[in-house]
Amino acid sequence: MRGWLQPHRIVLILIGLALVWLCVTQMRWDWLPKYAPMMAEGLWRTIWLLVLSSIFGMALAIPLGLAQAAGPWFLATPARIFCTVIRGTPLLLQIWLLYYGLGSLFPQFPWIRESDLWPILRQAWPYALLALTLSFAGYEGEVMRGAFRSVPRGQLEAARAMGMPRHLILWRIWLPQALRAVLPTLGGETVLQMKATPLVATITVVEIYAVASRVRQDTFIIYEPLLLLALAYLALAGLIVLAFRWFENRGPVRHRPG
Amino acid sequence: MNNKVGAGLGVTVPLTDKSATEAIRVEGLRKSFGPHEVLKGVDLTAHEGDVIAVIGGSGSGKSTMLRCINFLETPSAGRIVIAGEEVRQRPDGGGPADRRQIERIRRSLGMVFQSFNLWTHKTVLDNLIEVPVHVLGVSRAEATDRARSLLARVGLAEKADSYPAFLSGGQQQRAAIARALCIEPRAMLFDEPTSALDPELVGEVLAVIRGLAAEGRTMILVTHEMKFAREVASHVIFLANGQVEEQGPPDQVFGAPQSPRLQQFLRSVG
Repeated sequence: MRGWLQPHRIVLILIGLALVWLCVTQMRWDWLPKYAPMMAEGLWRTIWLLVLSSIFGMALAIPLGLAQAAGPWFLATPARIFCTVIRGTPLLLQIWLLYYGLGSLFPQFPWIRESDLWPILRQAWPYALLALTLSFAGYEGEVMRGAFRSVPRGQLEAARAMGMPRHLILWRIWLPQALRAVLPTLGGETVLQMKATPLVATITVVEIYAVASRVRQDTFIIYEPLLLLALAYLALAGLIVLAFRWFENRGPVRHRPG
Repeated sequence: MNNKVGAGLGVTVPLTDKSATEAIRVEGLRKSFGPHEVLKGVDLTAHEGDVIAVIGGSGSGKSTMLRCINFLETPSAGRIVIAGEEVRQRPDGGGPADRRQIERIRRSLGMVFQSFNLWTHKTVLDNLIEVPVHVLGVSRAEATDRARSLLARVGLAEKADSYPAFLSGGQQQRAAIARALCIEPRAMLFDEPTSALDPELVGEVLAVIRGLAAEGRTMILVTHEMKFAREVASHVIFLANGQVEEQGPPDQVFGAPQSPRLQQFLRSVG
């Protein structure tokens, strides 16, 4: 700790503290108590949209990557087309296509309107979650394709030579090694996914960004809500990075250090 | 001349002895990669207890031949018979016809690779018990006991919980041999087991293989270690240009080579 606190760092810390102090004392925060519950709700919505879309997206990305890396052409080609289309079009467009396209198609079918799912399907968040999931799947499907290919042939040959059935080779040898290889990439991709979530505010999903806009519209205070918003995203990104670092350090070392 | 042939081994079954049980038979094996024919009709028979050394220059097809035995490579033509059971092949030459059968047969052949191929995400012990526990249905406790005693035998008892990346090449190869032994194979296939090792690490791996030969295990050994082949093999096969150019007992093949190709090969490897 002592070695870390060097003069130039101390100066930077002091400047930082002064900035925080200025922000707190010189800016307007009187709106906070009123909007705090709404912000907490928005933050929670951002978090579960991020977590669920990342998990579901990854669950789709694994078969997408596998199909491209080792599948027969009738699986590999659709997987490649899906990844290309998703990665080649703006996420905003995908969200709108799903919400305004699919979302306006559904009510035309009486059996959908009368089904038990309708109360869910008439809301905006399922389309937001679907769009974010498909987008993550498209990008990570490509990443997984490379990851599956990057596992050395010999690792799989050893398993084949010992008479392991194919599904066991995939589940116990191939997939764990591929996932380990993508872990560092995946951390960064999840941060990118977090930064994509504000787009769902455009289809009336009230997550943290939408709350900040709302504050601005109601109170005409511009900078303070945006500053707080930036802080919230920074904190989330920090948590994601820490979580992935923990995962990485937990696993075995692939190469001897040094 | 350090001639140890037969000393302490006691199990040199002649290849022509029909009374010994047949472990591996290869008939008319051909393999092409595209237009290039690597194997042009190879025959080979290993009886129980045989140690067959396969030698030959690089590109002679010896590794390919070994990999065709357990169908890591699909033969273009020919028959593979393991312990009297022929591997059923698809009529179009696309590989084994019955996945279950080839998986069962592979489990009776322990293969050791040039590049070790230990699974890098598992500890040495987990490498050893992987197939016994998850494929053969052995209980974890029993598999662990057996794995530990095998590790002790190859001198790696204290490395059980290490990851492969922290082992030297020689240690990794000894662990890989122990892993192959864990499935209690009927025969062992060695694919140049010391070629990727630093010279000072070759000895420890050869010592383990020598021990296996001494206890009468059936094995086919593709190797560049001529002295070792002469010492442990009961039969030597010289492959050249995808064909068996010459074969016989080690003393004959190394001591009195007949074909000019073999004479030249032995001169070149010193």
